[in-house]
Amino acid sequence: MSQPTHGAVVEPAAPGGRSTTAQADDAIAGSSRGDGVYRFLTTAAAWAIPLLLGLITLEVVLAAWPAFETFGLSFLTSSEWDEVRGVFGAAPMIYGTVVSSVLALVLATPLALGVAIFLSEFAPSWLRTPVAFLVDLLAAIPSVVYGLWGIFVLLPFLRETVMPFLAGTLGLGNTPFFSGPAYGPSMLAAAVILAIMILPYISAVSREVLMAVPRSQREAAMALGATKWEMIRDAVIPYARSGIVGGIILGLGRALGETMAVTMLIGNRHEISSSLFAPGYTLASVIANEFAEATGALHTSALMACGAVLLGVTLLVNAIARWLVWQVAREGR
Amino acid sequence: MRFRALSALAIVTIAACGGGDAKSGDSTVASSATSSSSVDLNGAGATFPYPLYSKWFSDYATNLSIKINYQSIGSGGGIKQLSEQTVDFGASDGPMTDEELSGAKGGTVLHFPTVLGADVVTYNLPEVTVPLRLTGAVVAEIFLGKITKWNDPRLAAENPGVALPEKDILVVHRSDGSGTTYIFTDYLSAVSPAWAAGPGKGKSVQWPVGLGGKGNEGVAGTVKQTPGTIGYVELAYANQNKLPAAHIKNASGAYIAPTIETITAAADGSAAQMGPESDYRVSIVNAPGANAYPISSFTWLLVYQRQGDAVKGQKLVDFMRWMYGDGQSSASALAYAPLPAALATQLTARLATIQVGATP
Repeated sequence: MSQPTHGAVVEPAAPGGRSTTAQADDAIAGSSRGDGVYRFLTTAAAWAIPLLLGLITLEVVLAAWPAFETFGLSFLTSSEWDEVRGVFGAAPMIYGTVVSSVLALVLATPLALGVAIFLSEFAPSWLRTPVAFLVDLLAAIPSVVYGLWGIFVLLPFLRETVMPFLAGTLGLGNTPFFSGPAYGPSMLAAAVILAIMILPYISAVSREVLMAVPRSQREAAMALGATKWEMIRDAVIPYARSGIVGGIILGLGRALGETMAVTMLIGNRHEISSSLFAPGYTLASVIANEFAEATGALHTSALMACGAVLLGVTLLVNAIARWLVWQVAREGR
Repeated sequence: MRFRALSALAIVTIAACGGGDAKSGDSTVASSATSSSSVDLNGAGATFPYPLYSKWFSDYATNLSIKINYQSIGSGGGIKQLSEQTVDFGASDGPMTDEELSGAKGGTVLHFPTVLGADVVTYNLPEVTVPLRLTGAVVAEIFLGKITKWNDPRLAAENPGVALPEKDILVVHRSDGSGTTYIFTDYLSAVSPAWAAGPGKGKSVQWPVGLGGKGNEGVAGTVKQTPGTIGYVELAYANQNKLPAAHIKNASGAYIAPTIETITAAADGSAAQMGPESDYRVSIVNAPGANAYPISSFTWLLVYQRQGDAVKGQKLVDFMRWMYGDGQSSASALAYAPLPAALATQLTARLATIQVGATP
């Protein structure tokens, strides 16, 4: 809200200065030329991004075309992926990409919001900076390190503690979601590692947005007799809602495209299984796994098609998420 | 005023960035120019023999100050780059197909075996202390998902006196395309008609059962941590990590442990059968010979028969002559099996068929 007001103040001042003292003041004449250059540069920068996206999409779709032409719609619905016979279908990877990312979001969002609310509302200032720094540091850990940690720490923990607890102690083993043998590498492992990886993104954005909520907003709620919890729930979070959802979308985008750590933990199996204990596959993983050694033209094209589908899935999911933000923002008003 | 100051600052910053870019761009050009003049040969391909190749190229550069740049981008990439003539030689763990050979833009491509590699069948059975004995047929049945318990009678028959647990077998295979998988599935196709008709052989196949691990480390990591698993990794990796290795029954009926000697022995039998006119695109899985380890394979250098650039061509031939002489002796230290001496001699003679500097 504060930024447009700022711009409105500046804008009339600049043309006014130009018209009255243009010939007298060299400095201002220079600055208006500078403005032109600046405007050109920023416009060019802004156009470069859609242009780049367009070129990438074009290139990927062109390279993927032979695969789409050969398999048609069955590329999206078939679970067959056989390099030897040259038959390719990406259904398990599409399923795995969406399920692992959404599950990661479900696991990460409450935790990240908890961290953000604690840091912005409850933490004493001496604690706020170090904790925020540590959470942000999670984003700086390379993906492959998460993968290795996953193999040596997370998988044994899931296999020996979490999975028996879910299936046995909680008695969920009979439901289709937690059935089957618990080997470790699984959809669940991929979702957990993704949740840890996207947590800093969601929490950092949410924290900044919550801290930007004006003091007057909180004071008003307090003045009406709200408790601290009521103040956060009714005055702070609704104000920051669209920003928080933006942070969640950022996390989702990261989860959809994450490759290395997921490849190392998901078990890489071309199969759709309802059980989270079963191995799965993602679109990014199959490209990482097979691109270097893909020799046949059709195989390479099928991998490019996976890239195109991943691009499509990402755009679709982002569009849905954007739409949700608009809905939320409208409700907020 | 504040706005103007900001925009001026932004322009200065952008200009500074631009200047910096131009400068770094210049230095990149300069450095690539110097490096291209000092690198004599460029190659690309297989990752499996990369540790050995990199030692060879560094030893060779030290002795003869000829620099060879090798990118271990994978066999598929090596074949592609050789076909497009962007490198001077390629390297592959699997031989090129007839289709790939006819697609090569520089004419006839020759396959030169360099060393031998092997796959080790490794497993996690804490109860079993002696090396497990397996036949090709049993390994195929396990990887087809037909044998699902460790105490299956077919496994027990191969391992008399060993108390096999009543555990489920969990298969672990490579998820990434690799020469290791090619050797393994090539072997299974040779010993099991059901495998040949089913998944077949390739750098990645449609596995009937099991989990996929990325790289040797992915397979070994899962096998090490999970009791009841079975998987395959390349020999060097198994040795370094002290993984248990099954003894495999070979074509002569003996159970053979994977070692440098037994792998070289696998090439011995096959080498005798190859005449001078062979194109060396041969598989040596399940090779004859009393001491031959059955899951062994050559890895190849790929070179054009007609070397357009006489200087480069001569350097390449000189290197390969060195490789078949002094080079072979450094292989075993890195867990690669050297070629049998007779075969190395035969291949050195074959270098004469490379036409150096022949004008088209």
